[in-house]
Amino acid sequence: MRVPLSWLRDFAPFDGDAADIAATLDDLGLVVEGIEQVGEGLGDVVVVRVEEIRPIDGADKIRLVVVTDGTGPVEVVCGAWNFSVGDLVPLAPVGSVLPGGFAIGKRKMKGVVSNGMLCSGPELRLGEDTSGILILDPAAAVPGAKLTDALGIERDVVFDVAVEANRPDAWSMAGVARDLAARSGLTFTIPSTVDLVSRVDAGSGGVVTVATGPAVGSLTTVRVDDTELCPRFTARLLTGVAVQESPAWLARRLVAAGMRPINNVVDASNYVMLELGQPTHPYDLDKLDGGGLTVRRATPGEIVTTLDGVERTLGRPGPGLGDTGQDCLICDATGSPVGIGGIMGGASSDIGASTTRVLLEAAYFVPMAIARTSKRLNLRTEASARFERGCDPAGIDRAAERFCELLALTGGPDLTLADGVLDVVGDVPVPLEIAVRPARVNGLLGTELSASAIAELLVPLGMGVTPTGGDDDPVAVVVPTFRPDIRPAPIGEADLAEEVARIYGYARLPRRHPAWPQPGRLTAYQRDRRILKDVLCGTGASEAWTAAFVTEEDQVAAGFAPPYVEIINPLVDAERFLRSSMAPGLVGALLYNAERRQGDLRLFEVGSVFEMADVPDENGPSANETERLCVVFAGEDDDAWSAVAAWHTVADALGLHEWEMEQGPRGGGGPRVTHGYRSAALVCPPGDGRGRRMALGEVGELDPTFVETFGLVGPDGRPRRVGWLDLDLGTLLDPALVPRSPLEASPVSRFPSSDIDLAFVVPEEVPAGSVEATLSSVGGDLLESVVLFDVYRGDTLDPGTRSLAYHLRFCALDRTLTDEEIGTLRSHLITAVEQAHRATLR
Amino acid sequence: MSAPDPVEPSDPIDVPALVAEARTAIESADTADAIRHVTATVSGKKSGLAQASRALGSMDPGTRKELGRQLHEARTTIEGLLEARRTELRYAELAAEMAASRLDLSEYVPGSVSGPVARGHLHLVSQTRDALEDVFVGMGFEVAEGPEIETDWYNFGALNIPPAHPARGMWDTFYLNLGEPESTLLRTHTSPVQIHLMERAVLDGALPIHSVMPGRCYRRDTPDARHLAVFHQIEGLVVDRGITFADLAGTIETFTGAYFGPDIHSRLRPAYFPFTEPSAEFEVTCAICRGEGCRTCSQTGWIELGGCGMVDPAVFAAVGIDADVWTGFAFGFGIDRCAQMRHQIADMRALIENDIRFLRQF
Repeated sequence: MRVPLSWLRDFAPFDGDAADIAATLDDLGLVVEGIEQVGEGLGDVVVVRVEEIRPIDGADKIRLVVVTDGTGPVEVVCGAWNFSVGDLVPLAPVGSVLPGGFAIGKRKMKGVVSNGMLCSGPELRLGEDTSGILILDPAAAVPGAKLTDALGIERDVVFDVAVEANRPDAWSMAGVARDLAARSGLTFTIPSTVDLVSRVDAGSGGVVTVATGPAVGSLTTVRVDDTELCPRFTARLLTGVAVQESPAWLARRLVAAGMRPINNVVDASNYVMLELGQPTHPYDLDKLDGGGLTVRRATPGEIVTTLDGVERTLGRPGPGLGDTGQDCLICDATGSPVGIGGIMGGASSDIGASTTRVLLEAAYFVPMAIARTSKRLNLRTEASARFERGCDPAGIDRAAERFCELLALTGGPDLTLADGVLDVVGDVPVPLEIAVRPARVNGLLGTELSASAIAELLVPLGMGVTPTGGDDDPVAVVVPTFRPDIRPAPIGEADLAEEVARIYGYARLPRRHPAWPQPGRLTAYQRDRRILKDVLCGTGASEAWTAAFVTEEDQVAAGFAPPYVEIINPLVDAERFLRSSMAPGLVGALLYNAERRQGDLRLFEVGSVFEMADVPDENGPSANETERLCVVFAGEDDDAWSAVAAWHTVADALGLHEWEMEQGPRGGGGPRVTHGYRSAALVCPPGDGRGRRMALGEVGELDPTFVETFGLVGPDGRPRRVGWLDLDLGTLLDPALVPRSPLEASPVSRFPSSDIDLAFVVPEEVPAGSVEATLSSVGGDLLESVVLFDVYRGDTLDPGTRSLAYHLRFCALDRTLTDEEIGTLRSHLITAVEQAHRATLR
Repeated sequence: MSAPDPVEPSDPIDVPALVAEARTAIESADTADAIRHVTATVSGKKSGLAQASRALGSMDPGTRKELGRQLHEARTTIEGLLEARRTELRYAELAAEMAASRLDLSEYVPGSVSGPVARGHLHLVSQTRDALEDVFVGMGFEVAEGPEIETDWYNFGALNIPPAHPARGMWDTFYLNLGEPESTLLRTHTSPVQIHLMERAVLDGALPIHSVMPGRCYRRDTPDARHLAVFHQIEGLVVDRGITFADLAGTIETFTGAYFGPDIHSRLRPAYFPFTEPSAEFEVTCAICRGEGCRTCSQTGWIELGGCGMVDPAVFAAVGIDADVWTGFAFGFGIDRCAQMRHQIADMRALIENDIRFLRQF
């Protein structure tokens, strides 16, 4: 909201410089987002007449212009061509400083001296027309006059104030002034007509009075059929109105506050809204069928054409929660709509040049009803924005009177105010009474304020305060209806505590560093997740952050079938799905880097993926959200083995031992993320207290077709081999589902160990993991470790077999193992592997 | 150039037979070479189809039109069959190659995979989040998390923002195709975690609460240099006996010094949030000019960081906490924004580009 300082001074004698006032407003929560100095740097600019224009030798862009301010000729050089002899233009003389600090000095161009500068609108911060010099209206200016006088510009400061959504009262000059006065210790008064008269041209002078006409009820009617949506509706009638331009001072204020002057009637309505925060609506009574107004609820499907020329369908609930489809219509006396109550009028009853009888509506609409209608119609106006936050039902009378006062000054000599007010009142908010306990206020703020200190802070805000006793006794506060942000007791006590704090000053409130006995810490899950990320960084992978929103193509390519979790109102229409896999995002990130010739890299991401749940909950379809860790390995030599190595590191870091790989051609036809022959599911088999086999994720390589879909091809034009690790953190990091190394330490043997190597020729179908499992189980407690150290394939072996060579280390806790013991173990192991796996010792 | 000699086909043109022959030939092709050969035979210049087309020129207009249509259909059918067969063969070859490249991933020989040339880097946002968590853990806070898909109640209703409330305009919301319209959404802040925490604490009789909740949030804002539609936030919640605004202001000051450095301070000014009362915005000393005033802070010496306040009694009522026994404060601010401030990142979108040259810097 644009707030001119001159307007604020109508309410209290604020002084001090603009920056100090802005700082005070900030500290009141009325945040100043900009300060504009109106008329700054224009003081020395004068109006001059162009007398002569001469070319300059050797110059085709600039000319010598002779001007006069009435006292004598001045020569200036000018590069603009939009004016001619006789025009009135602004001159910045030598020595003047224009807005923005631009100093004008004597300059020599092409051998000619320029004694000042003729100015364009933008150079004076007066408009945006850059086509040439500002040409002034000869009716308003004479040579030698100050430009500010010719244009009626007064020095002023305009604050751009951001008003919080809960402060409708502060969305007005009066509201800002009230807070500022309370904080500054100044008395706040609403200006009366007398003040206004002093602004009127001295010629008219004296107190303006308005003739009183016949009773308003004899000239017009008001019927309110729905006091639920419109709990108070008032109408006043002015006759003999001359519709004309507003006087300059009033128009200037509107412009300074950011509104366009239209005519004296509309301007008066807007002025009142800006000043007091109460929207009003003037109708041309002679354009209302039946000569009056009816307020009613829109019928379902009723169509109304608003002032902006749009046909709008009303009376039906929209898709949003809590919309009841109840819309308030203002209609003429025959029931035909002339506007949507509190939001926008219709064109039919607009004030025009021929208007003489003005019916003024000043009403209170239920905020939530306005909010719903405005949201559903996507129609926000100055009026709706104020009504939906809550206007003051008791402020209506003052606003309507103010409108009449303004029109008395501007509405012509025949203006007559019909006697009385048509006023329909239903259930309007009334002032709240709240007992404010000093202990509660101090308990919220950490202060030690007495009852009387609290009272002193609240009174200047317009609160009615009656001290009821001592310093610790409750203060009885009556909250005016212009503060709908203050809620009933007991909650309202907190609202009033904020008011106390605002006027006291947030900066003065005490500070204390709290302490409590409970220790701060991360959960085990959070600690493990950090470990995982750290381990992955150790494998050379960097963490990426890829898009959560994906396209249907991404979902299909990743092997997910609809339905997907879908955004109803996406930012980009194609990216309307929540990702079910991080693979498209990560491959996209690889591609981004590959296109910049830096594609040899490893990336990982930890984040949520989303799928529709198989079973809907009580509210209908629901979604499953799981946190996963995914890694892509796309270094120069990376393939499935890089992912396997990383998995071993991860499992080791977490102390996981009971995991297995499930291999073999997996998945049917159709798109998929993982390679059917070069990937494995990671599972934790059932065990003690765990009946189920837990899926931990997948390890291996991306499916080449998937990689090709995203355009990630190697130098040979074939899809790049990309290692892939995908882990479900919710399962992996839950020790109840996936056991870790036991807490108890295992003793380390003090006796020498014995090593043997065994190589087996094993059919290709037998996974090396099974052979190792057999060795481990047969080796028992005496087998300290078993490590695969060589794999050999070649012509010397039968087709369809390979050689697996293991290094086994034995030792006992209580003795040195004998050669005989080792020999026995060795033959047991060989027999077991040969029998279980159709293997032969090599 | 002379017109081609009129050709009288020795036999009448049998289009269905042409198609049938082509189909047999296409289906019997089982290698890439074979399909290339078949393509020439069934649709090339010397194919029956091409010959028949050439013969059209010399026919009477009626026959020409009908036969032309049939031939066009036949060509479309044959080319479709060819394309389908080519795709089938390509996938069969790919599948064969994939099968031939089969690996036994349990055949892993430790040490056989060469190690990384260099360590990877944690994302700047993760580093910032970890650092913030560590500061708060040091100050006695636990760390809580919650889902990104939320109901209207947890994201708005319980936070004293009823449906259609004008304050909802403060958060542009993505709604999901789950349940009633606008009943399920992507959380616009991590505040729903506060509601979950308080509900659980009431249920378990486990008050007090001293927690921070970091996490990913979503707002329907077009991304620009200072905003992302998907972003990270950290909030804090303390519910305990005797907690006042002084504790809030002190906590923020302690955090500010601990995270940004000893010469960085905080100040609070009044603000409006539906879920706190009294509410405040908090600003910290501009890290660029150290409070002297510069362009970044619009000459004020302060940078706005986040919002805070005393938990609104209406929020306590929604979760069943007695506001006469317990008081509390909450605060929240952007993690990405902290990173942007601290590392002077001109455009926030650098955080989601995943350019390794950016990631490696931190």
